[in-house]
Parts: sequence; C-alpha cells; structure tokens
Amino acid sequence: MSDFFTFSDPNVRMVTAGTVLLGVSAAIVGTFTFLRKRALVGDAIAHAVLPGVCLAFIVTGDKHPAYLLVGAVIAGWVSLLAMDYLTSRTKLSTDTAIGAVLSVFFGAGILLLTSIQHSGSANQAGLDKFLFGKAASMTRQDIWVFSGVAMVLLSLVLAFFRAFKLVSFDPAFAHSIGLPVRQLEFLLSTITVLAVATGIQAVGVVLMAALLITPAAAARFWTDRIQTMLLLAAVFGFLSGVFGSWISYTAPAMPTGPWIVVLLSVIALFSIVAAPERGIWARIRLQRGNTRKILLENILKAFYSVGEAAQTFTTEVSLPEIQEQRPFEDRALRKGLRRLQRRGLLENKGTDTYTLTPAGLKESRRVVRLHRLWELYLTERMNFAADHVHNTAEAIEHVITPEVEAALLKELGHPILDPHDSVIPYPNPQKPTT
Amino acid sequence: MNAFWIILTGALVATSCGLLGVFLVLRKMAMVGDAISHAVLPGIVIAYLFAESREVLPMLIGAAAIGVLTTFIIEFLYQKARLQIDAAIGITFTWLFAMGIILISLYAGQVDLDQDCVLYGEIAYIPLDLWITESGQIMGPRPVWILSGVLLLVLLLVLLGYRGLKITTFNPEYAAAIGISTVFWHYLLMSAVSVTTVVAFESVGAILVVAFLIVPPATAYLLTEKLHVMLLLTVVLGIMTAVGGYFLAVWIDGSVAGAMAVTSGVFLLVAVLCSPTTGVLTRRFRREGMPLHLED
Repeated sequence: MSDFFTFSDPNVRMVTAGTVLLGVSAAIVGTFTFLRKRALVGDAIAHAVLPGVCLAFIVTGDKHPAYLLVGAVIAGWVSLLAMDYLTSRTKLSTDTAIGAVLSVFFGAGILLLTSIQHSGSANQAGLDKFLFGKAASMTRQDIWVFSGVAMVLLSLVLAFFRAFKLVSFDPAFAHSIGLPVRQLEFLLSTITVLAVATGIQAVGVVLMAALLITPAAAARFWTDRIQTMLLLAAVFGFLSGVFGSWISYTAPAMPTGPWIVVLLSVIALFSIVAAPERGIWARIRLQRGNTRKILLENILKAFYSVGEAAQTFTTEVSLPEIQEQRPFEDRALRKGLRRLQRRGLLENKGTDTYTLTPAGLKESRRVVRLHRLWELYLTERMNFAADHVHNTAEAIEHVITPEVEAALLKELGHPILDPHDSVIPYPNPQKPTT
Repeated sequence: MNAFWIILTGALVATSCGLLGVFLVLRKMAMVGDAISHAVLPGIVIAYLFAESREVLPMLIGAAAIGVLTTFIIEFLYQKARLQIDAAIGITFTWLFAMGIILISLYAGQVDLDQDCVLYGEIAYIPLDLWITESGQIMGPRPVWILSGVLLLVLLLVLLGYRGLKITTFNPEYAAAIGISTVFWHYLLMSAVSVTTVVAFESVGAILVVAFLIVPPATAYLLTEKLHVMLLLTVVLGIMTAVGGYFLAVWIDGSVAGAMAVTSGVFLLVAVLCSPTTGVLTRRFRREGMPLHLED
C-alpha cells in the first residue's frame, strides 16, 4: 500500500493522474447531466463515439489521442442530433430513441473496429481499448490530452456556472430572463460529449454512464446546493479514481475501470442509505418517529376523553376504557403506554390502570385544543359542515406548530366552544375570555 | 451451410427479442431492456463457474431471477430512494456490469468468456458449436436448438398472454380495475427478456440483443398502429435484418453482430423518412402537393 501512495513509481503517477483527471471532470460535467435528467443520453453518447474513433483512425491512420478525440466528439454530436430528431420528429418515445441510437451507433462502431482488426493493419492494436478502457496503460501523451480537456471543461463550467445552473433547473425561466438557452444547452451538450469521449478511455464504453452520473447521484443525497453537489461529486470522482488505480496496482489482474465504477457504486449506495435527511435510513427514522408521535398523542386524547366524560382527570383509567374511546392495536397501545410512563406523562397505579400526570394532562389538553381549534377554523372560515371536519383535524392536530396555533387563536379570537359544542381546553383554564 | 446457420441464429434471436421488444417499446421501457441485457453478465459468469456442464435449465432460471432482481433494484432506487428514473437505471446496470467484468478477470482461467465476446459475441463460431447426440448423430449447432426453445417459450407467452400483455401495456388502470395484475405481467415480461438475453448473449453479445429488442419494434411502430400488425412486422423486419446484416458483414469483413445492428438502423432510417403515415419525406411530399389540390 505504501508503495502506491508514495507515488514514486512513474507508472503509478501516470495511471492515477489519468483516472483522477477523467473521474473529476466527468463527475463535474455529469452533475449537470444528472440535473437535466439526461443520464441515459450520456450512456448513449458513450456508446456512439466508437464509430467516430474508428473512422478517425481509418482517415488518419494514426492513434494519436487528439485525432481520435476529434472523431469521437463528432460522432457523439451526430448521435445527440439523431436522438433529438427521433424524439421530436417521430412518435418514438425518448427511451426508445436513446436505445435505438445507442445500439445502432455502437453496432456500427463494432463493425468498423472488427473490420480494421481483420484488415491486419499493424498500427491498430490498442484501438479496442476504447471498449473497456485502458486506465492501466496510459501514456504521457494521453495525460497531456486529458489535462487539456479537463482544463477546458473546468474553465467552461466556472465561466458559465450561473447560466448552466439556470438552464439545468428551469430552462423556461432562463429563457424568460433573456439567457440564450439554446446556445447554452448546445454548450452543455458539447462539454458532455467531450467529457464522455475522454472518459471512455478510463472505464470503457459501457461503464462511462457510471462515471458521469453515479458521483452526482450520490452527491445529491447529501445536499440541496448545487455548489456543494459539484464539489462532492468531484471528491467522489477523485476518491474512486485513486482507489481504483490502487486496487489494480496491488492486484495487476484487476481491471481499473470496473473497479472505479464499483467504488462509485459503493459510495452511492452508502449515500442512498445513510445520508442525513434524504437517505433511506433517515427517512425511515423520521417516519417511525412520526408514527410514534401520532400514537402517543392519540392515547393522550383518549385519556382526555375519558376524563372529560367523567368530569375528572385524576381517576384511574383502565385499558378497556381507553379502547372504548378509540380502538388501538393491543401491542401498540401497551408500548405507547410504557413510553408515556417513561416520559412522566402517565402514572401506573395498580394493574393495567393509568392516570394522567399534571404534565400529561397539559399535553393532552394541547392536542385536544389543536383538534378542536382546527375543526372550528374549518367550519367558521372554510365553510365546512360540522360533521365533515373531524377526519381532517385528526390528521392536522399532530403537525400544528405553536406558531400556527397562535395564529389560529388570533384568527378565531380565543373561542370557547368547538363546532360540536365541546369546550376547547386552554393551558390555563381561568384565563380565556372572548 | 455456415452462412445458413449464422443467419438462422440471427433470425431466431431477432424474432424472440423483437416480440418482447414490441411490449418494451410500447411500455416506454426500452432502456430497462437495455439495462437488463447488461446486468445479466455477473449471473452468466457465476453460472459458468458453478455449472461446468452448462446445463440449460439452471442457467435459464438464474437468468430470469437476475432480470427480476435488476428490475427490482431499479424500482427500489426509483421509489424507495426517490432517485430519478434515468439515474436509477444507469447506476444499476453499470454496477452489475462492472461486477461481471471483475468476476471475469478474477476467474479468467475458469470462465470461458472474454470481455469482447460479452459485448459483441461470436456468432461466426456458431456453426462450430455442434450438438452431437450420444449415438454420435450430429444434430446441428447447439445454440440454434436452445434459441429455438426460447423462441417457442416467447411465442407461447405472447400468444397465450396476448390479452394480459395488451391490456396492461395500453391501459394499466383498466387492467387493475378488471382484476388483471399489472405487477405480474410486468415481472413476467422482465423475466422473459432476461431469459432471452442470457441465451442470446453467448452467440450474439449484449449489443445485438439491445438492437433487436429496440430497433425493429421501433421501426414497426412507425409503420402501424395495430398491435398484431406491429408484432408481425417486427418479426419480418428482424429476419430481414439478420439476412442483410450477414451479407453486410461478409462484404466489409467485420463483426456479424455489429453489421446486423447497423442493418436494423438502416431499416429504422427508411421508416423514419418514408413511413406511409408518419414518414418525414412522405409528409413533406404531401404538404407540397396540397396547395395544388386547394387551388383546383
């Protein structure tokens, strides 16, 4: 491991520099591809550049990366035009157009490639590296070309950052404030083609889509800001480039490109699961928390109803009495009761009978108050019939914030009775007057 | 004779893929088909590792399972992780394909598959892979038999399941209302796609599978609005593609799979330009003709 990370071996330097340059520029360009929901278009372009590469070789008879790049960019552009044409001028749907262009162009590439191979030209060896990438055998010449392309891409993104952002998120708005949307989209597509045409040399045709969109997709889970997203995507591209090269350095039989993609997928998987807020784990926890909050508040309301009917809130309430007020699932009810007890909102006296503590009473009054305030608001201000408001109030009572509560109170003028003539409980029963 | 076997193989793949592809294209799921055709790779490598005898049945069951798994992962990323659909598809198939390539490198000695073969297959070697019975009789190329079996399955699916596939494709809400499970037909179609892909993979490679899944059905779609006509046209176009592709490959001296994909593209181009109802040239021709009629 230390051998690799000293970067003393020039070959290590070369491979790492190449994969990192390609990974980072693809990730940055790919962020816009991702935001414009054109991930599969990127995949199609990657397949479609192959015939361009082969034709460039047939025309020039040379394998200089710059020549091949020109051929690749032209073919990528033609494929974009073909996809746009099929989508806009025929009844084919976008995905059919993408799939058709992808397979036909790639088929043409394969046909030319095999034809070149069969022709026995001595110079052609290595052309097939475009299929699976050639990260492990990059030359100084390649690195120069990659660095040049990366510089061009980065400076374009920096120079047009604001415009690209607007075009990616809301082309209609961008148009309305006078941005040249068509030209900007053209520019964005061009830098995508350029990033793809160079990137396939690291991971190959099939896996290029991953280099483009997986870092962006992973970054999307961590942030809502495009600057942070670009930065994170670049970091993910960088890390997978470095460690992909490291893996193929320690195990030379291992292909670099696929490992870069697997590393990126692992980063994406981790982000999908573990990212705060947007990640699956965070959302499950939020959901569970909400379900629990609703259960506890409903139990408290049931206690309040029992107390309201008995006109005292200090008597012991048994489980059947609660179930009578509101049918709970047995297990959920017991769990909820235990939790309320731990929070000091309920007291357990005797077997299976409970009493509201002062804190519990206060909390139950709050929930009932919100319920009844909302019912009143719907009948008074929204002209709902009194027998149509209960269900909506059941849902909304759990999410009304103190600010909304204050606004409701002000709007309704601290009412005393709800539409069903039940008393609205206030925190301090003596105070409210109209 | 070799030419016959190669064209026959191509035609068999074209017919199986085309029949299924019609439904993929109509359901706007062409790229899911593309994803499955790439994602089966790790499954194929694993099957090679465990079943040295290359038994057909476990291979097919494994293939169907992987196809369903791929669709399942895509759905999971799309619905549970709320990732946009294009990214969900892109991440899933690149990840599985990368795993497949890594497995091939890892077990290079044990797996009789190389990377290039995965992409564009070796249809030219099909006549060499003969099925010889125990009594020593030569029955013709083995893949032709397997592909014929798969074609039979696909035909059965399309003929017997015609109504279910049609209703769930065109009107899923109505299908659900009259008690036809859209989920069942969805996964059945996906398993059929993966079985076909896996069988076709060895002989023609991923790229031709995708081409045959998408391009002939898309061409037929431009020519007709009737489902049964579209299915028939797709089969005819697929067979014409196989024949034309073979001769193109011979002429250029290149990959047969690549040439067949190009030929399917030529047919698509012709349909885009000259379709009697929607062709670009046809419409232009009519537009120019119209004023004369009006002046008359």
